[in-house]
Amino acid sequence: MMTTTEYRNLAIGAALFILAACLPFVGGAYLLTIGVTIAMYTVLATSWALFSGPTHYISLATAAFFGLGTYTTGLGFEHLDYWLLVPLAAILGAALAAIVGVATLRLSGVYFVIFTLGLAELIRQLVTWGQNVSGQKGLYVLTDLTEVHIYWQLLVLAALVYLTGWLIGRSRLGFALRIIGDDEEVARHSGINTARAKVLLFMVSGAAAAATGAILAPRYIYIEPALAFTPMLSFQVVIMALLGGTGRLWGPVVGVIPFTFLWEAISASFPNQTTLLLGLCFLAIVFILPKGFVGLLTTIRTRMNAREAFS
Amino acid sequence: MDILFTGLLLGGTYALIAMGLNLQYGMARIMNLANGEFLVAGGFGAFWFFTAGQVSPLLTIFIVAPVAFAINWLIYVVFLRPLVKRAKSRGQLEVDAILTTFGLAFFLVGLTLAFFGGDYFSYSYLARPVTFIGETYALNRVVAFFAAVVICGGLWLWLTRTRAGMSIRAIAVAPDSARLVGIDVPRLSALAFALGGAVTAVGGALISTFLTLDASTGVLFTLKALIIVIMGGVGDVRGTVIAALMLGILETFVATLIDPGLTLAAAYLLFVAILLFRPQGLFGRRQA
Repeated sequence: MMTTTEYRNLAIGAALFILAACLPFVGGAYLLTIGVTIAMYTVLATSWALFSGPTHYISLATAAFFGLGTYTTGLGFEHLDYWLLVPLAAILGAALAAIVGVATLRLSGVYFVIFTLGLAELIRQLVTWGQNVSGQKGLYVLTDLTEVHIYWQLLVLAALVYLTGWLIGRSRLGFALRIIGDDEEVARHSGINTARAKVLLFMVSGAAAAATGAILAPRYIYIEPALAFTPMLSFQVVIMALLGGTGRLWGPVVGVIPFTFLWEAISASFPNQTTLLLGLCFLAIVFILPKGFVGLLTTIRTRMNAREAFS
Repeated sequence: MDILFTGLLLGGTYALIAMGLNLQYGMARIMNLANGEFLVAGGFGAFWFFTAGQVSPLLTIFIVAPVAFAINWLIYVVFLRPLVKRAKSRGQLEVDAILTTFGLAFFLVGLTLAFFGGDYFSYSYLARPVTFIGETYALNRVVAFFAAVVICGGLWLWLTRTRAGMSIRAIAVAPDSARLVGIDVPRLSALAFALGGAVTAVGGALISTFLTLDASTGVLFTLKALIIVIMGGVGDVRGTVIAALMLGILETFVATLIDPGLTLAAAYLLFVAILLFRPQGLFGRRQA
């Protein structure tokens, strides 16, 4: 059933992953740190775009799922085997996504945006309250995992996300989602259960974000609500995914890599102006790059083709 | 009893803020996520005038309102009108508006942080007790409540009794048909948006008399205002007021009896209940 182009794309993808996996052997500690950050945002932005790309529903809940994941590891690593925790976090993330989805995704997109906007803050308040009641403060996550292990785990997760996205794109679900994105009314009339399709995909996205949080918890060593549920994360993920473009599976990563370096530079030279610059990034994307780098490339390609046709 | 009245007083101010957002979202069709930042800006204006020149916040609102009106009008014309023109559908406009106003919100927070720092700002204005049916309340809350009632009433009269108000309500109901009967939709949308911003900023000036604000609290107020607007029904003034009072009471209830850190959870509780049982708002009719 697969065409030659698809085989070629799979082969290119696999080769790129093997190349990325070799980073710890060639790069130094600084490169590895950057690599972990890029891998983390790649998983988050790609899984975000899996849902928000075709449906145009902007989810601002990444931080909520991520925090849920870190807390799963933080609370569970002394009682459970570490290798069980990441799948467990994914299941919890999917469950939370299902609850949010069932409550909001049957209705118009605005309700969803508003709900996800406050979700991280809501869970943060609840966790803080729980800690106040139990008298416990933060959590220590002390494991013998190093940066390299985290990096490889994230790469595997990223590969899984890409594979899932690719499979969804070929499935009936993916087709249904594209129709929903184009015109939800039409989708409903042609017999698609739009709510079910949206909730299912949101669950995939939530599971991936929670798993990322679970994997990264050992890196933080000490976790507390304000750190685990930082709302900044949700916005950065949205910006990176939109900067790359959500039309293609490989779009978000095109945004993640330049933005990570840009953000490193900004945080280093203007540590007090990060919020302001984040705002400017949002405005720049809406007004200058509404379709991201992917859209830019498509426009350039069409123009080149048009020029060739004339010459 | 104490909780009920304190909640009502808080809800009155919430009603004013939510009215501002409702003008922007219900009438001008812009989901303004930077709404809370204007609230903080209004509060900051009141704080600044009070500490610098002992100007009463009740007088400051006459300065805050026109300034906020002008700034919001500019924002609409510069940033949002191109989006309205570019959008092919309501959904597209919503996505663009959300991203843009988010950008603006971050930008404003960033500016505030850069110039004034991230400190809380509070001042003591009319912090005297007043007694009502055996219980005592802070005078500033009572004054803010009555000011909010007066402004809400004025807005309601304007919306129902004047030609401009009626045109704006027509836009809220059917933006495409409004054009056909000779309503200048772009101009009135800008007016509604600017007015909404001014109302919110005034609400901020009033709320700053009894709550401490800082640069980053804006988003919490945006959330609460959004929840109120959805609960009351988009574009519905009466629903907004009742929803705001309900939220005020519930929030005070949770804050006094369980934990003051759980106010957002209280708002979410209402939000979920509304989404599950009456997604069209308290008084809205189910759409066919």
